[in-house]
Amino acid sequence: MSNETLNAPSRLFAGRPTLKRDVIIAVAAVAALILLRVIWPSPAVTDFAIRVAAYAIFATSLNLLVGYAGMVSFGHGMFFGFGAYCFGLVMQRLALPIPLAILITVASTAVLALVIGAICIRLKDIYFSFITLAFQMLIYSLIIAWVPLTGGDQGLQGGIPRPPFLGINLANPLHLYVFAIVMLAVCLLIMRHIAESSFGYTLRMIRDNTDRASFLGINVYLVRLMAFVIAGVFAALGGVIMALFVSGAYPEFSNWTMSGEGIFMIMMGGISTFIGPTAGAIILSLLNDVVTRRTEHHGLALGIVILVFALGLKKGVTDFAADWWRARREGAVGKQAAEARS
Amino acid sequence: MLQVNKLSKSFGGVAAISDVTLGFPTGSLTAIIGPNGAGKSTFFNLISGGLVPDAGEVMLDGKNLVGRNRAEIIAAGIGRAFQIAKIFPSLTVEETLLGAIGAHQGHSANLWQRFPLPRTRDKVGHVAGMLGLADKMHVLSANLSHGDHKLLDIALALVLEPRVLLLDEPTAGMGPDERWRMIDRVYQLWETEKMTLVFIEHDMDIVFKIAPSIRVLCYGRVLAEGTPDEIRNSPQVIEAYLGTDHGANAA
Repeated sequence: MSNETLNAPSRLFAGRPTLKRDVIIAVAAVAALILLRVIWPSPAVTDFAIRVAAYAIFATSLNLLVGYAGMVSFGHGMFFGFGAYCFGLVMQRLALPIPLAILITVASTAVLALVIGAICIRLKDIYFSFITLAFQMLIYSLIIAWVPLTGGDQGLQGGIPRPPFLGINLANPLHLYVFAIVMLAVCLLIMRHIAESSFGYTLRMIRDNTDRASFLGINVYLVRLMAFVIAGVFAALGGVIMALFVSGAYPEFSNWTMSGEGIFMIMMGGISTFIGPTAGAIILSLLNDVVTRRTEHHGLALGIVILVFALGLKKGVTDFAADWWRARREGAVGKQAAEARS
Repeated sequence: MLQVNKLSKSFGGVAAISDVTLGFPTGSLTAIIGPNGAGKSTFFNLISGGLVPDAGEVMLDGKNLVGRNRAEIIAAGIGRAFQIAKIFPSLTVEETLLGAIGAHQGHSANLWQRFPLPRTRDKVGHVAGMLGLADKMHVLSANLSHGDHKLLDIALALVLEPRVLLLDEPTAGMGPDERWRMIDRVYQLWETEKMTLVFIEHDMDIVFKIAPSIRVLCYGRVLAEGTPDEIRNSPQVIEAYLGTDHGANAA
């Protein structure tokens, strides 16, 4: 291996991503999506975008655990479902303004994730995965069994009231569309900032070598617990958007299939890039829509696609894009060095 | 001064370290030798918080470190590198060291500030320079050579500003030339940083050449301690460990 390739930067861009750059990208993306709605005012596109926003926040939060911290949770859907139910119930029973209900949902999820996390994080690797799955089934069973509160397997009935606040009326699909993409942008920005913070790098160190991290004086338990709570809170915010969209909440939101879809999204989108899970949310939602429209055997079709990713490609789409970009950059660096020598 | 008193540790009834009392004066350079299974790595683990002793004390400048967690032991000034280098494969050399400094400054759970923290790059550059890693700052740790893995492991310990540095076989798995280069670096490090340095080493030529002071462990006990000449001529050491060759050469 030549010296140039050895010393070439291994990151996508020269220098580190700054908060300013991330904010510019987020604002541009929101503007582009609003423009898309203006150019293409189809309800199908609007609905699709809202669902993707909910899933993208959920999948990105799962990737904070899986991709950054190396904590493979099989039960992350429980927080998505809890968020939807918590928000729905607060709106139905307390009739509070939506922002306040969201804050209450965030706080309640944080407490729940703190309690569940404090137990799960004592276990490592596959045992951690299993116990998260066990808690997920517990939450799911509670939702099914506690009929007076949750409506059982019928889901939260009667619709979720969406009173206007600050001139925003979320019962209006256009308002809900803008609200969902702004929420998506804000949640991704915050998670991006966390992933690029000192804490985010501590997560990477723990993922790579837990023992060495603890010999650097890192409190591994605390950092993992923080990651679990943060990821849980953002998953709940995904659930809030979903609850607003369907004006209800269903037990499936916190079933193991939801957690599984989260894993599929980050697998297909890519685990090594921040935007990978969002790409995965788009891909899986597209697949779901296209396949269910054409065949009854959508489970079979989706299963084959997922197998292709898992066994054939072994990486998500943004992983390939990142590899390609890196190779291009390193090629350019090598060329420059060669020209400098000649 | 690092003083270990009556330290003991057993695994399932087998004594790995029994009743070990050893002192390491501040600023000294000491080699620990002993046959495989003598308890050398266990000894390091007991001092650095990798294992909890069954009995005994680890006193650093009069403070007992036994029963404290790893973070407290590091804060007290004990740093270590490992026999099999423990690194972070997906981070670059620079990121690894910046991460370690962040942890050392108490920012491992800092959600607000972007990585790396301001004014940590100089420190990292200094440490990397000392160990000859300065031109590999942007290389992924996974792509480093074996020797550089060992250097990075030591660099990780160094950014934590230890007063006592424990190196578990810094030359493990290296060829003869690389060994000497590594040990020269370790020696320079000791000379310039003026820290207490204790290292485990199998190569007797290296030990006798650079260590002013040697401790011999055998079956979890202290067999001998002294200068290279004393160790070379100690009848117990010759019998238990060195064999007659080294004794004859020395004579």
